[in-house]
Amino acid sequence: MSDAVINETGMAPTRTEAFRKRLERRYASERRFKLAGLSAVLISVAVLIFLLGNMTYNGLGGFQRAELEVTIDFPASGISGDASTLTEEGGLQALQIQGLPDVVAFYAEQSLGAEAAAGVSDEAWRDVAAQLIDNPQLLQGSHTFSLPATDNLASGLKNEGSAEMQALADRLEAEGKLSSNFDPGFLARADATSPQKVGIWGALKGSILTMIVTLLLAFPIGVLAALYLEEYAPKNRWTDLIEVSINNLAAVPSIIFGLLGLAVFLWMFPNFRSAPLIGGMTLALMTMPVIVISGRNAIKAVPPSIRDGALAIGASPVQVVFHHVLPLALPGILTGTIIGMARALGETAPLLMIGMRAFVASPPDGFTSPATVLPVQIFLWSDEIDRGFVERTSAAIIILLLFLLLMNGLAIYLRNKFEKKW
Amino acid sequence: MTSITLLLIAFGLALAGWLAARARAWSFQRETDARRLAARPNYHGWYVALWIAVPLLAFTVLWSLIEPALILQSVLASPAAQSLPAFGFERDAILAEAKAAAISGNLSLFNPAAESLVAPYVQAIQKYRLIGIGVAAAIALVAGTFSFLRVKPDFTARTRVERTVMIVLLLASLVAILTTFGIFASLVFETVRFFGMVSPIDFLFGTFWGPDPMSNPDNPDPTRYGAIPLFWGTIYIGAIIAMIVAIPLGLMSAIYLTQYADPRVRAWLKPALEILAGVPTVVYGYFAALTVAPAIRDAAVAVGISSASSESALAAGVVMGVMIIPFVSSMADDSIAAVPSAMRDGSLALGATTSETIRRVIVPAALPGIVGGVMLAISRAIGETMIVVMAAGAAANLTANPLEAMTTVTFQIVAMLTGEGSFDHPATLSAFALGLVLFLVTLALNFVALRVVKRFREAYE
Repeated sequence: MSDAVINETGMAPTRTEAFRKRLERRYASERRFKLAGLSAVLISVAVLIFLLGNMTYNGLGGFQRAELEVTIDFPASGISGDASTLTEEGGLQALQIQGLPDVVAFYAEQSLGAEAAAGVSDEAWRDVAAQLIDNPQLLQGSHTFSLPATDNLASGLKNEGSAEMQALADRLEAEGKLSSNFDPGFLARADATSPQKVGIWGALKGSILTMIVTLLLAFPIGVLAALYLEEYAPKNRWTDLIEVSINNLAAVPSIIFGLLGLAVFLWMFPNFRSAPLIGGMTLALMTMPVIVISGRNAIKAVPPSIRDGALAIGASPVQVVFHHVLPLALPGILTGTIIGMARALGETAPLLMIGMRAFVASPPDGFTSPATVLPVQIFLWSDEIDRGFVERTSAAIIILLLFLLLMNGLAIYLRNKFEKKW
Repeated sequence: MTSITLLLIAFGLALAGWLAARARAWSFQRETDARRLAARPNYHGWYVALWIAVPLLAFTVLWSLIEPALILQSVLASPAAQSLPAFGFERDAILAEAKAAAISGNLSLFNPAAESLVAPYVQAIQKYRLIGIGVAAAIALVAGTFSFLRVKPDFTARTRVERTVMIVLLLASLVAILTTFGIFASLVFETVRFFGMVSPIDFLFGTFWGPDPMSNPDNPDPTRYGAIPLFWGTIYIGAIIAMIVAIPLGLMSAIYLTQYADPRVRAWLKPALEILAGVPTVVYGYFAALTVAPAIRDAAVAVGISSASSESALAAGVVMGVMIIPFVSSMADDSIAAVPSAMRDGSLALGATTSETIRRVIVPAALPGIVGGVMLAISRAIGETMIVVMAAGAAANLTANPLEAMTTVTFQIVAMLTGEGSFDHPATLSAFALGLVLFLVTLALNFVALRVVKRFREAYE
């Protein structure tokens, strides 16, 4: 190294030791900065993966329930019936009158022993009855049913309950009489007080009904408002006021919409507390600005030559918009609508305000019957002390996230499919 | 339900009018082939259909509002109503039960007093249903005939239909103003009622929050309605802890993704970040309450802080920060992209490294946009509800210790309105006052932020 030597060009030395050190420091700081950026991204993605993994890991157990094997010998039990008497409506009652609950309890004791029979849920006979109604042939012989265990035994199976329940559960499991099975009923039942009996269908149906109301209100109003503002609105103070209020509404916290729903909609329709109708109306006000803003962007993207061409061959302004602009902008509007609906589907706070947090044990019949929705159901279950609810809550979260993924996937698909370069 | 019947009638008659008018317009076209029609037959159809449907819909709305009152009047006039209690809850319950029985036809009544009222109810409902349908038919007949008679070859049906379309469009865009007005009016109305009981000074400057929904509503204790701890909790969780997490992570993510990342990597990482924004807040809340909060408490206990609470401001704030990351990063992304590339190229050409260019040129140039984005993020964080409801706790604490439970404005709105308290109680009404404060603060933040972002954008154009 000959740093001090002046080179041939006669300039001052640049590659001095100090220079080299400075450069190295600068490069090191460059590397550190880049690494910091990369780790910021990776931390964020890692949190996402941890969150999703955590929910999936917890939630998979939520699709299962602890079931006991009980063999029932129907000819010996005196229960009778056939396809004509065991209809949907009367069947359950007919079987109850014939003493099915006692029969189930008796055979539970026969199959499992007195101690373990107490582990069969009190309502288990309804499961038996449902299977008999589906298939009256079962009454001709003896059949082994998988019946839901009580919450205590179920937590014993997970090594969480009291010591004696754990011992009992271990013994039954070793005998092959107690096991965790996939529970298709989780997707078909509604809310209940015990984690072994709850299901998600009630909340899901409530969500679907609410979303229908939201869509029916927000989509037409949003699209029409976007058309007006983009195509016809004169530039004046009124238009500015409309624009400002739409932009503001898009930024208002969702709980404020809940306060509006509570003060206005429930005052107008006091009888429809916690009904999908009110929930849908509240969420529609929240979704509408999103649709207007995305709709305006989609309409703006339609080139003026289309409008000019239509006007030139004699179409009226209304015909130009409804025959030419709207069909071309529709894919973009739909994408924005799906994104807005996905946001509304995950929204909880405004629905708590209008009373959709009530305990609803049966799926809603229509738009005006009391209901709950998926995110509120998750919130309600998260408050339960019973450990079994943790898994059920995570399972419900998986379903909610699947729906959101599906909607966002659809939006991306639509965007890619209809993406146009004019 | 009469209103559903009326709606079906309206649509049926409108369809009939549409078909009739269109057929008539077609017949003009056939008969007078020398003359051209002023509008296509479809427009004549729409003209008549609108003339029938619009008044009928208006009548349906009006009727559904006044019909219950008319029915009630007629039932109260009947002799059976003489035995009713004079007023109050019991009277309403009896009337409601009799009405439900009359509509459903299910006569197994809980309250025997309601039994004699069922028959008057059935009569009244039938009577007013007939009246309603009769009036609707009359309206449809008059409007339909009037409009149908105007269907002539030279009638400009299209311009009239289009005028209606324009009115509908205008009405749709007015919904936004109406909503804003509705929010403002309902918040202000209830807040004024609240301030009638508790003075605004006690509310805005008091330092103790502990409304008792069970206390006597006529004589509230104003010292229990001091909202300062709530404001502090909201700011501490939403604007301090959440931003300590969200700003570095969001900003550095945006810088990495715009300046360093390979386009193919960016195409994967950016949507992955955006998924964070799409996760429902109730899921974040559950995650915070179930996983993050216990972890933080255990960690605090492990280092010797035994007072750590299982519901902590830190847990709520950190998870909220994670939720806000994609928001900050996309705002920063936009403002970095708006910096002219000549500035970046100039700096690089002078020999600065990429990180020096970013730190000394790009970020300072993009700063107003980034600050605007951060303000929008804060406004979103302080309006966020579910995470704090599930993870932050209910205790109104005026402390800087992030390991303690803390409560926020949104938490208290939920707590006050989902309780058992009556609607006239100051504890319930205080939720609306808190809502008004939240609304005004977020609005101001958004307004200023958007101005800052806009101002900055213009600087380089």
